[in-house]
Amino acid sequence: MDFFAQLPALPVVVPFVAAPMALLMPPGRIPWLWAVLVSWVSFGLSLLLLEQVWVNGPVTYAMGGWAAPLGIIYYIDLANALVLSLVTGIAAVVFPYAYNSVRDEINHGQTPGFYTALLLCLAGLIGVTMTGDAFNVFVFLEVSSLATYTLVAMGAGRDRRALTAAFNYLVMGTIGATFFVIGIGLLYQATGTLNMLDLHERLAGQDNRLVKAAFAFIITGLGLKLAMLPLHLWLPPAYTYAPSAITAFLAATATKVAVYIMLRFLFTVFGFDFPFLKVALDFFLVLGIAGMFIASLAAVFQDDVKMLLAYSSVAQIGYMLLGISLGTVDGVAASLIHVVNHAFIKAALFMAVGIVVLRLGSHQLRAFQGLATRMPWTSWGIVVAGLSLVGVPATVGFVSKFALLSAVFAKGGTMEIIAGFLILASSLLAVIYMMRVIKVMLQPVPTDGPFAGPVAAPPLTMRLMLWIMVGVNIYFGLQAQPVIAIAQKAAATLLGVDSGEAF
Amino acid sequence: MMGHLILRVVIKLLFAPILLFGLYVQFHGDYGPGGGFQAGVIFASAFILFALGFGLKETQKHLPPTVLPFFMVFGLLLYALTGVLGLFMGGNFLDYYVLAPDSHHNAGQHIGIILVEFGVGVAVFSAMMTIFYFFAGREPEIHDADW
Repeated sequence: MDFFAQLPALPVVVPFVAAPMALLMPPGRIPWLWAVLVSWVSFGLSLLLLEQVWVNGPVTYAMGGWAAPLGIIYYIDLANALVLSLVTGIAAVVFPYAYNSVRDEINHGQTPGFYTALLLCLAGLIGVTMTGDAFNVFVFLEVSSLATYTLVAMGAGRDRRALTAAFNYLVMGTIGATFFVIGIGLLYQATGTLNMLDLHERLAGQDNRLVKAAFAFIITGLGLKLAMLPLHLWLPPAYTYAPSAITAFLAATATKVAVYIMLRFLFTVFGFDFPFLKVALDFFLVLGIAGMFIASLAAVFQDDVKMLLAYSSVAQIGYMLLGISLGTVDGVAASLIHVVNHAFIKAALFMAVGIVVLRLGSHQLRAFQGLATRMPWTSWGIVVAGLSLVGVPATVGFVSKFALLSAVFAKGGTMEIIAGFLILASSLLAVIYMMRVIKVMLQPVPTDGPFAGPVAAPPLTMRLMLWIMVGVNIYFGLQAQPVIAIAQKAAATLLGVDSGEAF
Repeated sequence: MMGHLILRVVIKLLFAPILLFGLYVQFHGDYGPGGGFQAGVIFASAFILFALGFGLKETQKHLPPTVLPFFMVFGLLLYALTGVLGLFMGGNFLDYYVLAPDSHHNAGQHIGIILVEFGVGVAVFSAMMTIFYFFAGREPEIHDADW
């Protein structure tokens, strides 16, 4: 077996083989150790793959030896490799963090099932990012989504509302997946192929109602999956009532992978030759700005910190859509940069909230009263990640806001200039809702009520993993160049500026 | 007890042919219509029919719910490890040619697809039974304490 020739298959094969094994392990520590090990191996493999793609250009891998366009191929260019490294990297930090929080929130006997679902979710997300086959995207999207519904529902041990949240998510997510697969079916009818690169070639010059309908179905379906503004209603409850570790993992990966797939379909499959693309991009501009404001405003009025951060996630999706809507290399690169950076920010914030939930048993804002004296390390984590969310210099949030603003002003249309100022205005909303949390944290420790009394120090692994994530926020805020360079090159490949030698 | 006599006799008569049909669909799947998914559902439907006539307890005596996770894991692993076997024998993931490289009749493909489909069949069967057991064994009402 030639390791480097097989490398493109391994990141998805390893968690997929490991997931069922976890189900047979005795409950408790062992399945967790297994999941951690798998996440680290996947992360290592992803980094190797990223390096290979960076040095040698796109990698193609034919599943089962069946060549494209008939077989399923894995086609990995920089955009995939970047999102892939992000997903596995987040997993490598969140999985170790999960142990104490899962022990507290999940029924002991259910832990093997929990980690099985977690690994399946990881395998699905990795599969979505790596495949170059449109139908395969749907399959892996469903693998990860079904695992996600289960994981969200497992929050029921702490709060029964997790069940309705998971059911809501199930219904909405399935509608999204159905729309997506209808779109794929229509494309298949129009072209007779499912391979993304082949689809692009065969769609060239086609501008009929069938293809337009397929486009609309795919965009709407993916819009549901990535919580684009009017389709976002499943997200806040699902993130709020899911177990803490799951929220941290999903917020940083699931919607991000959907954004990547959106980019893939917009630019690799349809491309600028497709006249209808402009309509969608204009639409994204409006929806992105609406998302930034409506969801941020909703976040300001939340009394539940997880709900607040979930609405903030919807708002941040708005920034990504805005970047995509520009349709320029800079815009798409800014969108990709924000995908990565926002994943770092939200993972850190939700991990910090998870620590509070572990010790105080609640994610209500009231529980955060006096947190600065009770848990100084966790509080500092929230402050730094919060500043990063707002976009203060020396954090990753600044890097992505700056990239987005430069892209917007470089485009230079009237709408874009207005959008640029609206980005700045909506950042102020982020200041308001993060300040609400920080203000409560700085208040004195409550002397009576449910959250009074001494609190034990949080477990070391959780704090350590939180601070690794916070450290990543600062590190890539100062050393922004690697992410920016990869995102720029990835965006250029996606938009076809230097592609052409696809097969 | 006696009221179900005809049903029970018919179920007993049908039970074996349904299983046989399931096996036919399973192992004929690489030549004709069928395959692991359909076979797993048919196979499970025999047990579900049995449970409808003879009750959940009696069914679980013959097919305990505790063995089902093992079947599920076995099925999934059989699929995945067949793919991995291709990796280790020098092909790509899920490449079955390398399982019997010297065959002129593409025997490798047959071996591969039969193993994979068998894995699918076992996994689908046990998943169906797990779902059925959970729904059938559900407590009829939710107690106040559970909310």
